[in-house]
Amino acid sequence: MGLTSSSTGAGAALSSLARGEGPLVALAGNPNVGKSTLFNSLTGMRQHTGNWAGKTVVCAGGKCRDGLTALVDLPGTYSLMARSAEEEAARDFICFGEPDTVVVVCDATCLERGMNLVLQTVETGARVVVSVNLMDEAERKGISIDLPLLSERLGLPVVGTAANKKRGRAELLEAIAAGGSSGGMRVRYPDAVEKAAARVEAVLEKRVNGRMDARWLALRLLDPDPSLTASAERFLGFSFFADEKLRTTLAEARLGLLREGLDPARLREAVVSAILAAADGVCAGAVSFKKERGSALDRRLDHLFTGKLTAYPLMLLLLAGILWLTVTGANYPSELLVKGFERLERLLDSALSGAPWWLRGALVDGVFRVVAWVVSVMLPPMAIFFPLFTILEDAGYLPRAAYVLDAPFRRCRACGKQALTMCMGFGCNAAGVVGCRIIDSPRERLLAMLTNSFVPCNGRFPTLIAMITMFCAAGRAASAASALMLTGVMVLGVAATFAATKLLSATVLRGTPSSFTLELPPYRVPQFGRVIVRSVLDRTVFVLGRSVAAAAPAGLIIWLAANVTLGGETVLTHCARFLDPAARLMGLDGVILLAFILGLPANEIVLPIAVMAYTSQGSLFGLGGLAELRSLLAAQGWTWTTAVSVMLFSLMHWPCATTLLTLRRESGSPGMTALAAALPTVFGAAACILFNLAVRLLG
Amino acid sequence: MERQIKMCSLRPGERAEVVSVEAEARMQRRFLDLGLAEGTEIECVGRSPAGDPSAYLIRGAVIAIRASDAAGVAVRVREGGKWA
Ligand SMILES: Nc1nc2c(ncn2[C@@H]2O[C@H](COP(=O)(O)OP(=O)(O)OP(=O)(O)O)[C@@H](O)[C@H]2O)c(=O)[nH]1
Ligand SMILES: [Mg+2]
Repeated sequence: MGLTSSSTGAGAALSSLARGEGPLVALAGNPNVGKSTLFNSLTGMRQHTGNWAGKTVVCAGGKCRDGLTALVDLPGTYSLMARSAEEEAARDFICFGEPDTVVVVCDATCLERGMNLVLQTVETGARVVVSVNLMDEAERKGISIDLPLLSERLGLPVVGTAANKKRGRAELLEAIAAGGSSGGMRVRYPDAVEKAAARVEAVLEKRVNGRMDARWLALRLLDPDPSLTASAERFLGFSFFADEKLRTTLAEARLGLLREGLDPARLREAVVSAILAAADGVCAGAVSFKKERGSALDRRLDHLFTGKLTAYPLMLLLLAGILWLTVTGANYPSELLVKGFERLERLLDSALSGAPWWLRGALVDGVFRVVAWVVSVMLPPMAIFFPLFTILEDAGYLPRAAYVLDAPFRRCRACGKQALTMCMGFGCNAAGVVGCRIIDSPRERLLAMLTNSFVPCNGRFPTLIAMITMFCAAGRAASAASALMLTGVMVLGVAATFAATKLLSATVLRGTPSSFTLELPPYRVPQFGRVIVRSVLDRTVFVLGRSVAAAAPAGLIIWLAANVTLGGETVLTHCARFLDPAARLMGLDGVILLAFILGLPANEIVLPIAVMAYTSQGSLFGLGGLAELRSLLAAQGWTWTTAVSVMLFSLMHWPCATTLLTLRRESGSPGMTALAAALPTVFGAAACILFNLAVRLLG
Repeated sequence: MERQIKMCSLRPGERAEVVSVEAEARMQRRFLDLGLAEGTEIECVGRSPAGDPSAYLIRGAVIAIRASDAAGVAVRVREGGKWA
């Protein structure tokens, strides 16, 4: 989960990874083995890490501490015969990105699986260094690994590391500097396969001309995978199919295999089994277990967090607990910030006392006020919720949530991993949409992308909290009541996600659920200090940047609209009146709806814009906190039903501009993007209208 | 004594050895990537609240698999394989 420019913006592209003067080194490995943690340790950068498979979905680049080596952090992949988009990205970089060295990071607690990828990487002809990571965890679990023996068997440099403790870093840097080895152990396949591969290899040899390993390509072409073939053709610059000689040789080789009883499925099995057997052979005797494999403590925790009776209550309790900490914790810094900004406003006012009224108005009443509001009221809950959620993520809870929520998603004909992307949506919907790359099936991936904005992102939290605090919860246990109500809103968002997913898979995205596997990683003690410092700082910097970029112009527009008159009335009044009938139907008013529309660039500016619009219509209002705001809104005719309608519409309306752009990029389809905007809007409008009807009928 | 059943019929705590893996091509690949192949020892370590999917310990990693996918994997249960 992450909301920074690198996870949502253009930084997601591979373009920044251009090779520098020094060597280009890729960090590859199975999911969740600590590649990104190692990357951070080697570069001093802050790539997002998290305790679940599929955290990293795009390649990220950085300079190694030596200032020369360019390092690339790849998404996790089980093998080079990829299934999903993020695995394809990793495979393409290893096979066609021409890295000088590939560091294959393995998990010391399940080494055979890592060896599987090591052997496959060696086959591509890459120069390989093996990093056996999570050594500390392996030791704790009574697993000991004979690294020199591994190195001897593999014919590769092998370094034991513990990425989060800097252990083995110097040795790994040394091994990287030495460039790794291309003379690693090669897997031997059954004779029939070797013979067929040799035939194709002989033809490919000249055509490939040393640009990639001909034997590896020959093996792949015997059992072709469309996406790999396409990438290879793009890389080599010629079409395999158009090549007469190659085509006939391939056909003959495949026929030969068929005669030996190796149809495509059997061939695949034979190839993978040979690699697996070789991986087992490498580990046999080099890895020893002093204890029973698997952690008893983890199983006991799983019993609690995924147990029949305890799973759902604990999930709600965790959510409510986090929200309670957020609501309670945000009050104090918010008050401080409000005071600070009030003082700043007075200073600004006196500094601009000689300036023309319109300049002072545009700058102070327009730009400054909206930015101050975003920072003082919207930012604190965002900066608190985010690290708390990250701690849950670091502990390894998210995959458990996905495991528990798989059944309802299956009933909606969707993938259980959608629960993971939904959780990421709580942080940022744009990041959630990118995260959908972990879902293999294109249909299920679209389902997850289109419904991601049904859960309230971090930017919408403050609005929800403000509404609840001002109009719904009061009295002594106010913050506990707020947290509970907020939990209710979250649950409503999840329910709406299910409803929308079900609706989509019964209409435009019809199909049957495809297969998937979900890793339940070991529970880990979160890195509290690092998580808190990093995510608070990252979040603060990001929101500050965005508030200047989005809130400032929006504040200016509102101020202009409130001060430019057309036919005796301000532009703002015209707009609000135009929107009013539709808004009234939903229990809102024209100004709020206008604020939602102008809030398109970022959800956290919606409420500040509305406040700004109300005050510019003549109400007197200092900067103030929520208490002052409450009386202002009440004077504008707000009641608790208005607040609930705002919450419903905030929960379900069009996604923010960043998310829409991300959707456009990830789906490649303007139609799907439009659907992703229309779907929650229709849901939200319907919910508001029904709610207000119900209130009118009952009240 | 040994009995052969589908992987999805394993009860939590039961251990077994994989006999054969049948699945559509992509899932078969994924199973093999995870090290789920003939001869591999696995253990069912839990069920989700709704009864499906279940979690299996496969070569040191815990993997959740839906019953419909695990149905293609035949396993041999060893008696006395209870998890303590
Ligand atoms: N104890 C211990 N924990 C580690 C070590 N390396 C990484 N971790 C933790 O393992 C988890 C996964 O780390 P990541 O760096 O996100 O793993 P990744 O390989 O990038 O994962 P994907 O991007 O999902 O493929 C995080 O919670 C890390 O804090 C290690 O050497 N020892
Ligand atoms: Mg990563």
